[in-house]
Amino acid sequence: MDKGLLIQKIKDGTVIDHIPPGKALFVLKILGIDENTREIVSFAMNVPSSKIGIKDIVKVENRVIGEEELNKIALIGRDVTINIVQNYDVVKKFKVKLPSEVIGVVKCPNPSCISNTSEPVSYRFVVVDGRLKCHYCGKIISKDVEKWIVKEDVKREKIK
Amino acid sequence: MMSRFRHLISIEELSKGDVEYILSKADEFEDIAKKSFSDILKGKLLGNLFFEPSTRTRMSFETAMKRLGGEVINLNTAEISSIAKGETLADTIRVVSGYVDTIVIRHPKEGSAKLAAEFSEVPVINGGDGAGQHPTQTLLDLYTIWKEGDINDIRIALVGDLKYSRTVHSLIKALSLFNAEIYLVSPEALRLPIQFREELGNNVVEVDSLEDIIGEINVIYVTRIQKERFPDLDEYHRVAGSYRITRKMLENGEENLIVMHPLPRVDEISPEVDATAHAMYFKQAFYGVPVRMAILSEVMGYG
Ligand SMILES: [Zn+2]
Repeated sequence: MDKGLLIQKIKDGTVIDHIPPGKALFVLKILGIDENTREIVSFAMNVPSSKIGIKDIVKVENRVIGEEELNKIALIGRDVTINIVQNYDVVKKFKVKLPSEVIGVVKCPNPSCISNTSEPVSYRFVVVDGRLKCHYCGKIISKDVEKWIVKEDVKREKIK
Repeated sequence: MMSRFRHLISIEELSKGDVEYILSKADEFEDIAKKSFSDILKGKLLGNLFFEPSTRTRMSFETAMKRLGGEVINLNTAEISSIAKGETLADTIRVVSGYVDTIVIRHPKEGSAKLAAEFSEVPVINGGDGAGQHPTQTLLDLYTIWKEGDINDIRIALVGDLKYSRTVHSLIKALSLFNAEIYLVSPEALRLPIQFREELGNNVVEVDSLEDIIGEINVIYVTRIQKERFPDLDEYHRVAGSYRITRKMLENGEENLIVMHPLPRVDEISPEVDATAHAMYFKQAFYGVPVRMAILSEVMGYG
């Protein structure tokens, strides 16, 4: 299949490729792309891929997203690759890498955790053996991380 | 003198060396804890911030501080709820840490002591954070085993509520530092969660009844089975009754077998056990004082 038909090549911006199928919406959530976003964002779900069977793709035009922010995508897929595009050329390509600490992206699933209160701190997790461990209460998220990704408005509220 | 640690938030932050150091320091303080005084913390002020009541823990810290010549201010639950109305814990800590030299915090939310340490100008000691950590309890449990048993040959049965008991969970983490043989004795519904079993590796055996192993252990650690964990009272009485420690049961145990309990007990241990040499729970509570003396003097740099 000609992928070009599904998603046009972009001139400038960031292409997030090899997202596990069905998870593109979580990538948007992690990057804080919502109704307030002004850039052109296109995405495709369940695209056939020679590498991983099927995959999702997200393209954000005219915006170079920072590496630190992009690495947070590793929460939902360790094979996600990033292409930074300038004038139709891929000028940088890399695989996302889970940072050692994940701050403000994922909410603690423990309802009695102090980070789920109005205290002036961000949600904070340390990465231990590829799993997230709450810096405050020690709760470990071992599966369905995407369920706990915080919404943009909550993020703004927490960080204020 | 440099402290080995500034705050004491969780037992996991301590190395085996730290733990052994605290135990031997507590031993040095034991005589003072009994009926004497020292002045090594003279002029120092401890702030007890108890966001939920725990008279036992608060009194133990207060005794430890005063026997070392220090002073204590207590903010009790009622006072806290009036000053802290609408105020964040972070702000309360910022204010109080301007008044005192060390803070002990007890709070119903997990992770609250960790947060407090981040906003405090002075050392913070976790006096229990909800279902989370209670490191001074764990250290006094270890001290009891160290003093009254053999820390290098711990064969311990953990009895009762192993699912919800914070005390048991922390103790398990600490025991994993030592080469303990652990037997788990609990009702089906109150078994130890799998994550803790994983941490224990091969040194743990689940058994149906304490009687089966009573001759092979040297410590019994009993926790309370709470009514709320059962659908009805009959079921509770049936289950709780079958985990009760009696004098007869202990007759088949080793001579130096000790029975521990974090207290308060309800009827997990028959009162007839109190008079035996096996009963260690009241002494265990007393040991909280020298252990807390060791911790207080350490964080305030008078080790
Ligand atoms: Zn948490």
